[in-house]
Amino acid sequence: MPPDTGKRVLLDASGVRRALRRMASQIAERHPGEGDLALVGIRTNGIYIAQRLAKEIEAIEGLRLETGIIDVTLYRDDISRGRPHPLVKRTEIPFPVDDRKIILVDDVLFTGRTTRAALDALMDFGRPALVELAVLVDRGHRELPIRADYVGLEVSTSRDESVIVRMEEAEGADEVLLVGPGWKGES
Amino acid sequence: MSEVAWQKGWWRKDLLSIKELSREEIQMILDTADSFKEISTRDIKKVPTLRGKTVITLFYEPSTRTRTSFEIAAKRLSADTINISVSTSSVVKGETLLDTALNLQAMEPDIIVLRHSAAGAPDMLARALKASVINAGDGFREHPTQALLDMMTVREKKGSLEGLLLAIVGDIAHSRVARSNIYGFKKMGARVRVVGPGTLIPRGIESLGVEVFHDLREGIRGADVVMALRIQRERLEGAFFPSEREYARFFGLSLDVLREMAPNALIMHPGPMNRGVEITPDVADGPGSVILEQVTNGVAVRMAVLYLLAGGTRGEDLH
Amino acid sequence: MRICIRGGRVVDPSQGLDGPAEIWIKGGQIEAICRAGAPVGGCQRDAQIIEAKDFLIVPGLVDMHVHLRDPGYEYKETILTGAEAAVAGGVTSVACMPNTDPPMDHGAVVEYVLRKAKEAALAKVYPIGAISRGLKGEALSEIGELKASGVVAISDDGRPVTNALVMRRAMEYAKGFGLPVISHCEEPTLSARGSMNEGEVSLELGLRGIPSVAEEAMVARDILLAEWTGCHVHIAHVSTAGSVRLIRDAKRRGVKVTAEVTPHHLVLTHDAVRSWDTDTKVNPPLRSREDVEALQEALRDGTIDVIATDHAPHARVDKEVEYELAAFGISGLETLVGLTLMLVERGVLDLSQWVTKVSLNPARILGIKGGTLTPGSPADLTIIDTNTSWKVDPANFRSKGKNTPFKGWILKGRVVYTLVDGRVVYKAGI
Repeated sequence: MPPDTGKRVLLDASGVRRALRRMASQIAERHPGEGDLALVGIRTNGIYIAQRLAKEIEAIEGLRLETGIIDVTLYRDDISRGRPHPLVKRTEIPFPVDDRKIILVDDVLFTGRTTRAALDALMDFGRPALVELAVLVDRGHRELPIRADYVGLEVSTSRDESVIVRMEEAEGADEVLLVGPGWKGES
Repeated sequence: MSEVAWQKGWWRKDLLSIKELSREEIQMILDTADSFKEISTRDIKKVPTLRGKTVITLFYEPSTRTRTSFEIAAKRLSADTINISVSTSSVVKGETLLDTALNLQAMEPDIIVLRHSAAGAPDMLARALKASVINAGDGFREHPTQALLDMMTVREKKGSLEGLLLAIVGDIAHSRVARSNIYGFKKMGARVRVVGPGTLIPRGIESLGVEVFHDLREGIRGADVVMALRIQRERLEGAFFPSEREYARFFGLSLDVLREMAPNALIMHPGPMNRGVEITPDVADGPGSVILEQVTNGVAVRMAVLYLLAGGTRGEDLH
Repeated sequence: MRICIRGGRVVDPSQGLDGPAEIWIKGGQIEAICRAGAPVGGCQRDAQIIEAKDFLIVPGLVDMHVHLRDPGYEYKETILTGAEAAVAGGVTSVACMPNTDPPMDHGAVVEYVLRKAKEAALAKVYPIGAISRGLKGEALSEIGELKASGVVAISDDGRPVTNALVMRRAMEYAKGFGLPVISHCEEPTLSARGSMNEGEVSLELGLRGIPSVAEEAMVARDILLAEWTGCHVHIAHVSTAGSVRLIRDAKRRGVKVTAEVTPHHLVLTHDAVRSWDTDTKVNPPLRSREDVEALQEALRDGTIDVIATDHAPHARVDKEVEYELAAFGISGLETLVGLTLMLVERGVLDLSQWVTKVSLNPARILGIKGGTLTPGSPADLTIIDTNTSWKVDPANFRSKGKNTPFKGWILKGRVVYTLVDGRVVYKAGI
């Protein structure tokens, strides 16, 4: 049987917008008026999502939260397996994390390994008072005991499918797709 | 996290010379080094990336600076480091380099950083070993990580190397730093001049695409970067130039001479410096000097190289 | 019993011969050569027949520049292994250099070498005596006694005679004994500590260079001394275009100068060093493309008289080290035929010129028998299959020296028989 080449749109642009707004209000509800809350996005899409969440929260609370960027490459558990190491980009956390409340932000939560790496990276910068996790899509199949505190969309997938998140900042439009293993992209 | 990053990447097992690298490969190392620089500014200056990897620094020539820089770089990546210093006298009569190599291989290191007084020694080692080999300076031939940190420093200050004019001043003939920088800066689009007395400029160096000057003022006129090389007085005085005094007078960098350079030009030196010979103290410590930045960037560049090579293709993965 | 070699193409420039012919050997000497169609025809029944159909038959090769390393460096080569390598390479006579330990600067060592060569009973071995005692370039060795013991020339090869007065005296003295002086031309203050040719490759590799002028300065000096003394000087292993010019001019003036070139200097350039293969390290060093072209031209126009291997066998420990520390030298006897026939194939030389350079001329320069198949001369000959290609695998070398930069090369032209004094001393496994 040929591999599934199909694609399904999980969220379109307005779906992404609504999901982010919902997540932002949940964060604001749980941390009312907490200006020392900070959002740290995991490269690459996590950065854009963190900035959008900060903007939404600002709209609700009137508070501009600090944001940072984390590159988890150096903390991954799957490098050095006979293929070239992924390129490393900068980590930028322009504030002390000691005793701060931090929300890690990523686009997709899958096995949980990226989150684990991001937690390790974050701990190397200090000792936060609290760390929570916000993801746009939770697609299941966890391999580690990790769960998200804020989820834009929960979707059940099979392991060989892929979730593709496109953000306006990088690709011109917001979109979340679920595609089969044989999907070759769009021409 | 995007999988796109896996597509491109570093495939070499060894870093032996700048000559063998493409512009893209140099760019990749410099970009990676830029990212690594931040780690050294953290409170906890360590990432777990090379946990369980063994890095051996094998130095047949004394060099505290380069060895320490590699060692710090490896430790900040959580690799285990072992330093071996071999005196050159025992090399000549003792075991061959190949014997040494095979003995090391038996200990299953992942990366060997080699400094050797004989050109080509890293290539011999690389051919014989499964481990990655980094050339930390071989004879007069190349010192690739030095050139990479020099390029990183200039790129940081100038944004790009494209179209810049670099003047390398001093003992070009016996300098691996000069060779690596000539190859590197040329590949990155800079123009390169070499300046020095006729005895210290190798015959036919124009074939590397550089311009030759025997007059310091003329040679550094309009230069964006001036790099002074260390003068090894013990070796050169009397034979290659009459006296240190005369060298300093005609080829030493002084504030007066440096007026010839382009505005905001950078002064570099690979160290260790002979203040008062190839460079006067007021120049070394002056406004254009980036000599200490070079040292800082050395750690970042070496972290980048260690990181990339640890993911490079091992012998057994070659089809 | 007679031997009859039939069916082959015989090339012998000493008698202007090139064509099908039968060769008759009796009592270790050439008895007769019967050109095809001549009436003698047909081998007699009592003769041993060597079928040489489609093969090339030439006077046995004479290699006038070989290091046999024995006595003193038997781990690199012995007279036996060197002689085995020679005949496997089609070489029936070798002249061996005196840089042994002890050096061949007195009669006893010469006699030792000759005795060992006789025991080996393969190639003929002609010792070359030392110019100076201990090869030190100071006091003259006992050149008369050396001559009486059997040396055919004198040389301090491996080391230049740096003192011009010593060289002058050596020439004056040797001339009286009728010995040519073979000069290793290298001005050591200019080549000091270099490991390869000085040029764009040494620049790139960061290796100290040996400039061509280091050789040429001494070639010029020795030509002038030869002219002054009237002695025959033979310039060993010429490697540069400048040396070629000096020798060409000298010959034009009538100076008694002859010269040789090695196969490796004729086919390799300094680009080969980029491999960092220490087997490319040789003295004089591999030079530039322009030098190689000048050497080939000099061979063609007669400026260079001889191709000699400068066979310099080394053990692995001498070569498996850093390039700058590695020993100089190439093990050359077993690739001589293949490499130089390549020059014939490329039209640098014709076959007759080739035989002249590898057999006739060196025999004449040394004043030894050989280099010819005229009746009455020793039956030293080499039979070559010029159509078969083979791959150079040092593991198959008879020489102890496996140090060749030609490993893996495919060479055309394979020695099938080597005869010395009418005896088959080498026969290729078929």
